Amino acid sequence: MAEATESRTEVMTVNIGPHHPATHGVLRLVVDLEGEVVRELKPVIGYVHTGIEKSCEDKSYWKVIPFVERMDYVSYFFQMEAFCGAVERLVELEIPPRARYLRTIFLELNRIHSHLVWLGTTALDLGAISMLWYCFRERDKILDLFEMATGQRMHTRYFQVGGVIEDLPLGFEAKLRDFVADMPVRVGQYEDLLDRNEIFLSRTKGVGIVPRERLLELGVTGPLLRAAGEPWDLRKTFDYLAYPEMDFKVPVGTVGDNYDRYRVRLAEMVESTRIVEQALDGLPEGPFIADDRKYVLPPRSELPTSMEALIHHFKLVTEGYRVAPGEVYYAIEGPRGELGCFVLADGSAKPARVHYRDPSFVNLQAFRDMSVGGYVADMIASLGMLDPILGGVDR
Amino acid sequence: MPDALGLELIRGEIEQDHPGAVLDTGFDRGQASLVIDPAQVLAVLGWLRDAPGQGYRFLSSLHVADYLPAQPRFGIHYELLNRDRVERLRVKAILEDASPAGGAAGGTAPEEALATAGGGGSPAATGPAGQRLPEIDSCVSLFPTAEFQEREAYDFFGIVFRGHPDLTRILLPDDYVGWPLRRDFPVGGEPVTFTYNERNYG
Repeated sequence: MAEATESRTEVMTVNIGPHHPATHGVLRLVVDLEGEVVRELKPVIGYVHTGIEKSCEDKSYWKVIPFVERMDYVSYFFQMEAFCGAVERLVELEIPPRARYLRTIFLELNRIHSHLVWLGTTALDLGAISMLWYCFRERDKILDLFEMATGQRMHTRYFQVGGVIEDLPLGFEAKLRDFVADMPVRVGQYEDLLDRNEIFLSRTKGVGIVPRERLLELGVTGPLLRAAGEPWDLRKTFDYLAYPEMDFKVPVGTVGDNYDRYRVRLAEMVESTRIVEQALDGLPEGPFIADDRKYVLPPRSELPTSMEALIHHFKLVTEGYRVAPGEVYYAIEGPRGELGCFVLADGSAKPARVHYRDPSFVNLQAFRDMSVGGYVADMIASLGMLDPILGGVDR
Repeated sequence: MPDALGLELIRGEIEQDHPGAVLDTGFDRGQASLVIDPAQVLAVLGWLRDAPGQGYRFLSSLHVADYLPAQPRFGIHYELLNRDRVERLRVKAILEDASPAGGAAGGTAPEEALATAGGGGSPAATGPAGQRLPEIDSCVSLFPTAEFQEREAYDFFGIVFRGHPDLTRILLPDDYVGWPLRRDFPVGGEPVTFTYNERNYG
């Protein structure tokens, strides 16, 4: 942490945000400054609270999916997976192997996309403006892939309870393979731009260190925790989707400063690319959605000829399916850490409670520890490295 | 997850140290849960964190579920995680609604009286119009990560966490009246008026 040894001045309380380009969203910070040194800091949140959790209680299960996608608007596939996975565990529905692999592919593409947005905007905060263009160039390729497979660039509603809505279109695989071959090269180029950049190094090395034990106390997960040397990744520890069959490494840091956070995320992008490639190579044939007509829409082609399919379609679209009473907490490794979804079912066709344990919300508590005692400019760097998505914080 | 047998073993061990603390166990959809006496929540959470052989040192999530129309209605859920054995355990403390008679209004009464929870650290356990709020001990001393999550639970459900360092609203405005995620608070129960801006900035 930067040494704060200047002569004593009076303490001044400064308000930063909620509308400020360096706060990565609508975050307000009330900062006590002594000269340039942060003495106390309090994040004030809630400016983009939209009551999504309450709205979900008034929607049938399948209509909840587009809502929850809009919480953390950079990692929408993860929000979908958390909810769909929780409901699948509630109704005890097994998803077919092809769906598991397809979900894994899109989750990892989304992780790369999320880290690219983080890298571009954070490097921009630190003065490296060209990084934003390069990162968004690659991000656009991912969005093109999303658009090709799902019809939407963001908020795709691709995952369904039981599997995914559509199979991959023709030509997708070739395009994805191009991207997978390209991406590690691009990550290498980012490293060339930043790794030996004098300004970037002096802004990040030794800044924002929080001890590993303190991070664990604060419930911090994801790249922030791994940068402090704790190899904790739910993809390795828990058994979900196709991750047990994938060969990938969990990058960890040593010091836990902002530079390590940057290195860990960059290494994660390469590992995610490897997962995408392996999932594509091992993609099983077969159905892409479960064949349980009580929960899954029948194929469109059956509707003109089968009365039973028509009835199922009508019931699922109008009322939705009922879920027996019960509660499930399902957590996955999002780009920012443990993304948990709690669903309480009361036997009706609408969930009685949908709660998201959003990693940005919990990780934000570590921001005070990262910043107090350092310079205000380092606080901005630490906020970027914390990578909060305020849509997820406020929900 | 501890399996159903492991859960009963945990229950037995807690019962030795804290008699009467565990009210029930549940094993549903592969997830284990302990229903505990709200008065002993800190004892049980502390035991699960520190007792040798347990080590549930990581609190993944703290959230509230409103079981209305069941009574008692508020379930405070602590999703604990043992990172060595990779096991999750849900601890539930079920709280009574402190004012079931007046609870029909669900805190939506339009009185201008504000929630009295100031920054003083020990808010009175009353809401708008003298409504009694359910109370439970704060676990911030055991798990600092619970600070934001307990504030969120207070904000949305009006659960008062005794001993919380700064129990104020976190996502809703400080002058908001009512506990919107309670089941008896209707969706669309708040007209959009933007009075806050009008009052302050003309």
